Amino acid sequence: MDDHDDHHHHDPDNHYSDMQARVKALETLLTEKGLIDPAAIDVIVETYETKVGPRNGAQVVAKAWSDPEFAEWLKRDATAAIASLGFTGRQGEHMRAVFNTPETHNLIVCTLCSCYPWSVLGLPPVWYKAPAYRSRAVIDPRGVLAEFGLTLPEEKKIRVWDSTAELRYLVIPERPVGTEGMNETALADLVSRDAMIGTAIARAPEEAI
Amino acid sequence: MNGPHDLGGQMGFGPVAPEPNEPVFHAEWEKRALGITLSCGAFGAWSIDESRHARENIAPADYLAASYYEIWTRGLEMLLERHGFATDEELRSGHSLQQGSVPKRVLKADMVAGALAKGGPCDRPVDAAPLFAVGDWVRTKNINPTGHTRLPRYARAKTGVVEAVQGSFVFPDDNAHGKGENPQWIYTVVFGAPEIWGEGADSALTVSIDAWESYLERV
Repeated sequence: MDDHDDHHHHDPDNHYSDMQARVKALETLLTEKGLIDPAAIDVIVETYETKVGPRNGAQVVAKAWSDPEFAEWLKRDATAAIASLGFTGRQGEHMRAVFNTPETHNLIVCTLCSCYPWSVLGLPPVWYKAPAYRSRAVIDPRGVLAEFGLTLPEEKKIRVWDSTAELRYLVIPERPVGTEGMNETALADLVSRDAMIGTAIARAPEEAI
Repeated sequence: MNGPHDLGGQMGFGPVAPEPNEPVFHAEWEKRALGITLSCGAFGAWSIDESRHARENIAPADYLAASYYEIWTRGLEMLLERHGFATDEELRSGHSLQQGSVPKRVLKADMVAGALAKGGPCDRPVDAAPLFAVGDWVRTKNINPTGHTRLPRYARAKTGVVEAVQGSFVFPDDNAHGKGENPQWIYTVVFGAPEIWGEGADSALTVSIDAWESYLERV
């Protein structure tokens, strides 16, 4: 394997600048060759910074809490149910929704890379892609959850889903108590991105942001 | 392959570090690295399986020291060279020095929304009926292939139960190496933590993987 670092200025304290130069060189080269359109890159970045993110997933959860028929559809065919809300596409081609219950808490990880349901949660957070989470979520999920401030009772079962294929998972957290009569918009405000990975639970109404 | 990417159950990486008010990107170059990688994916020259394999082929010390988008960038450079789109010399200089391969398509700005919405579904029909059914006990094979595989090390030679038959999908172990899509049935297989982690394991913990049929044998 070629080690391109031999040919770049490499300073361990200046890691990002090194990558900045490397990626800039790559973009310049590919643009000169007519292989990429820098304007397309701008659109990709804008899409994931402003359009596709965890609020998509929060809408799915709020609808599942409010509409039993939708919840059943989500259990049976999450890809179609989620697509009915307009959320489709890259890294959400094949979806599965997993429902927390009073007995079982669900947690999602990809130990092999960083598979993640982009179409409903956007791009994954740094910690999801990092070795600490990928290594420990399957062997010590209770310890991982405690680091997120979520301590589950010992009798609570934990089910970890390792995304080893192209199925992308969405956790449907339990609906918090005291939310009767809230509409879907208000309910969605109780659903954090982490709750849909399983590293948190849904917020109580008094904690709504 | 038993590469540095196969992290399940490894120790020593320290605590998880959630960030308050985390940004989507941590530097401008990360945005460009994402966009360049997706744009080059649109060439149609390689599959997601081949690109995953390129990333897991990064030398372990480099892989573990690299941030996510650095891993992507290193993997992409490998693919561009392998498929004749850029030479090592061009990658070093950052400038075009010769004509290279011609892609099936170049992703232009007005194509992005459609391409992202379409994604790349990888379910494919197969003629054969599934070998296993929900409730069957199965054992994962003890395989250590030098090529790409999506059977994690921690889940090899373990006995679990088939919880769902998920449909038939492209087989990455072949597709990553240009051997065709060769779709197979996929099963969600659930293992008790004591089966995987042994003595002292949390008995209230279960872990599942999505396993291609050829990873499994009947118990």
